[in-house]
Amino acid sequence: MRFAIVVFPGSNCDHDAYHAVTQVLGHDAVLVWHKDTDLGGADAVILPGGFSYGDYLRSGAIARFSPVMGCVAEFANAGGPVIGICNGFQVLVEAGLLPGAMCRNRQLKFICEHVSIRVEQTDTPFTRNARVGQVLRIPIAHGEGSYYALPETIAALETQRQVVFRYTSPGGELDERNDLWNPNGSTAAIAGICNARRNVVGLMPHPERACEAAMGSVDGRTILESVVATLATQGVLA
Amino acid sequence: MIDAATVASHGMTPEEYQRVRDILGREPNLTELGIFSVMWSEHCSYKSSRKHLRTLPTEGPRVLQGPGENAGAVDIGDGLAAVFKIESHNHPSFIEPYQGAATGVGGIIRDIFTMGARPIALLDSLRFGELDDPNTRRIMEGVVAGIAGYGNSIGIPTVGGEVGLDPSYAGNPLVNVFCLGVSKIDDIIRGQAQGLGNPVYYVGAKTGRDGIHGATMASAEFDEDTEEKRPNVQVGDPFTEKLLLEACLEVMATDALVGIQDMGAAGLTCSSCEMGSRGGVGIEIDLAHVPQRETGMTPYEIMLSESQERMLFVVKRGREAEVERTFAKWDLHAVRIGQVTDDGLLRVRDQGQLIAEIPNTSLADDGPVYDRPTARPSDLDDQQRLDLDSLPLSVTPSDTLLRLLASPQIASKRWIYRQYDHMVRTNTIVPPGMGAAVVRVKDTSRALAFSVDGNSRYCSLDPYRGAMLAVAESARNVACAGGLAVGATNCLNFGNPERPEIMWQLVRAIEGIGDACRGLGIPITGGNVSLYNETDGEAIRPTPVIGVVGVLEDASRVRGRTFRTPGAAIVLLGDHRPALGGSEYLNLIHRMVRGTPPPLDLDAERALHRFLVATADSGLVESAHDCSEGGLAVTLAECCFESGGIGVEVDIPTPAALTPSSELNLLTTLFGEVATVTVVSVPQTGLSELLAQARDAGVPARAVGRAGGERFRVSVNGERAFNYPLAEVEKTWSNGLARYFDERAA
Repeated sequence: MRFAIVVFPGSNCDHDAYHAVTQVLGHDAVLVWHKDTDLGGADAVILPGGFSYGDYLRSGAIARFSPVMGCVAEFANAGGPVIGICNGFQVLVEAGLLPGAMCRNRQLKFICEHVSIRVEQTDTPFTRNARVGQVLRIPIAHGEGSYYALPETIAALETQRQVVFRYTSPGGELDERNDLWNPNGSTAAIAGICNARRNVVGLMPHPERACEAAMGSVDGRTILESVVATLATQGVLA
Repeated sequence: MIDAATVASHGMTPEEYQRVRDILGREPNLTELGIFSVMWSEHCSYKSSRKHLRTLPTEGPRVLQGPGENAGAVDIGDGLAAVFKIESHNHPSFIEPYQGAATGVGGIIRDIFTMGARPIALLDSLRFGELDDPNTRRIMEGVVAGIAGYGNSIGIPTVGGEVGLDPSYAGNPLVNVFCLGVSKIDDIIRGQAQGLGNPVYYVGAKTGRDGIHGATMASAEFDEDTEEKRPNVQVGDPFTEKLLLEACLEVMATDALVGIQDMGAAGLTCSSCEMGSRGGVGIEIDLAHVPQRETGMTPYEIMLSESQERMLFVVKRGREAEVERTFAKWDLHAVRIGQVTDDGLLRVRDQGQLIAEIPNTSLADDGPVYDRPTARPSDLDDQQRLDLDSLPLSVTPSDTLLRLLASPQIASKRWIYRQYDHMVRTNTIVPPGMGAAVVRVKDTSRALAFSVDGNSRYCSLDPYRGAMLAVAESARNVACAGGLAVGATNCLNFGNPERPEIMWQLVRAIEGIGDACRGLGIPITGGNVSLYNETDGEAIRPTPVIGVVGVLEDASRVRGRTFRTPGAAIVLLGDHRPALGGSEYLNLIHRMVRGTPPPLDLDAERALHRFLVATADSGLVESAHDCSEGGLAVTLAECCFESGGIGVEVDIPTPAALTPSSELNLLTTLFGEVATVTVVSVPQTGLSELLAQARDAGVPARAVGRAGGERFRVSVNGERAFNYPLAEVEKTWSNGLARYFDERAA
């Protein structure tokens, strides 16, 4: 299968996603320049991490206007699997493909470290291979990753089971106020969500950084391999 | 039109000005004076250090590029080169910590990709005053945020570094940034102009009035008016540099370029005359074409601006369109501003009108070289005297250990590196805080290990030996990780060289670096000198910082500092003969910097490094950690920290020189410092093999105990010195630095 990895000016995890998909998982990938207006026949789309447009103004706020975002929205509206990682999540939120907003981390500092996230939902293309309650060890690296949404939006996300990942203890315990377990102070310890149709997923942690033992964890493979399995069962893959 | 006061305000001596007149055969105009003044500044010309730097060993079988280019380069196998350099951004970081540090990062990154290499790792060597001072905390917080702000955004991982705290840096913090990139050997590009009529391009950000006279500022001391120098500090834009990086690498992948140089210190002036000088050609530019951020800029300001994120290219004639196309793709300016000529002159025009005309070589190479007088500080003999018998031994070994572990100098640096994206590019196989940093080289089996080190207390007590110890420690850290040292870069931070005592420190330190590098077989491929690190006449301690780069042939053999398996045997490699001179113990417990630093035997050091690399290659040794500040007790504790709770039980024999046992000898055994000693762990089944191999290699080795359990238990000659729950001592160490910045950690 083929992944499209969108390259915005300032994307800096595009090469990492490309490496994980092609070298580690053995699939095809194409880097799609943000000024392009087609996705190169891809089966799934990755919006990678980085600092698109320097994150000036607000993370993801300018990238949403890139020409490529039109076809990403089209692809998503047609039910194609789309994952936004870190800055990619921020872009999806700014583009209105996912609800909510990102605030500065609670301690107002950039945080780069391995965290534990609990899989809450497995009926998305990116969590199909996981178990509900499974705890994944995956790094975060962001300064503006504290997820925020109005209480009614949060309530709706919960009712419609759109919270896909939460920050927890290594044992899977939840405590929103605990700085160790919910390091950026996200509302309801939300680390990742999906849209109502469940085909668009955004998360702050970096699965592409957790695909090889040498990098300290292979838990990120579960997320990337899930979409491969999903597309295989849907018969998209020959 | 140019009077003595104007000359002086440009930081030039009357003799230097006379030399300018002799070169030109006439009076310079103001723009020409400005151009000469920045190129002949200490920062750009190395006029005080050049004579001495020439004595450093710069050649070796793997060296592809020694000093004199934008960065050095060594062959790392598989047709690849490691391109690396360290540079200081001390003065700007004091005036404006965030931007000073950020643009320091931006500057060294440009030096690396200018050579055609993709930067893959950053390290920082930082020095601050003591953290009880709120102003020091402000500076440190700003510097760390600036490094994070730039490095994280551009997407180059900050994988390691070191921090030192001493009151002498309170008014003069040091920010030394090391960057390393990887390139195909054949793709290395040099900063040379060549080919009559080839177009000269300006690419990147627009030119503004920021940073004018930055190089001159970095060549003077600070006083109470320093605040007024804030406009001299440049402002960084990592986003533009990210675009510049990608666009440059894309253009470099073609063969459309002749040469390229970044506009760093002294901006357009330095890049144009250095490229011309290296290529033995002239460069003619017209400033009217230079993209400008502000209106009404004079030629003087345009030539001296240190606006960031700009480069100068010489492009092959006929290939202009494809170069311009690539930059247009990345939304960057690429503007033809001139061409290469054959007369060796830097000729600057403004809308055709001649503004300046100076021989490139006289700017770049023929600057003044001083053989400044040196004098051994008259109080050095006194400082080297250490009367141990009069030390009040009121602090027990147990309390001493806790105080050392809680001191920010030794404590965990997690508060810092957690703010750095140290994982981006997915190469970091040994993260920060675990000894030397190690990154793998994708598409090969190899990895690169690097460490930046320097101990300024040692250097103030004996700059020669202190500098040698810095080289040895850096290479030892690399060897602990399993890397064979292949090259080094140095950053020399000192006070005012016009003072003979400072100049003596500088000369002795360079001699020490040279002798250690020769003894260990490590060539110096480049570096940076930062002088005039003084405020109100108070100089920093002499601070040579060494960055050593090593190669691991097999990345999977990489080794960290922490114990891996409970039950493993603990072995001391090297001759453990500790002493208290210049130690962290004396500094912290007795507030005293006295005595002489530990002796260094280069043959023993080299044998130890070879042995460490060999036992990494064979997989025999599981972990290795260098014994440095805080002595063996701290080293053993660090082997346990972040191991996942593996404790230790060891019994250390008192070194022969320290018998009979006494409180002082006990403290010396535990906290005394020593070179050429490493704590390693080895599975019990491999212990006798390790001891036998060490004997054959001529490396002293002694089994002192075993890893395991949940306690930190250390005895000396069978007598218990510490018995702590590991979690308790680890917490002390974990919070030692963070508690100054985060009330939750206090």
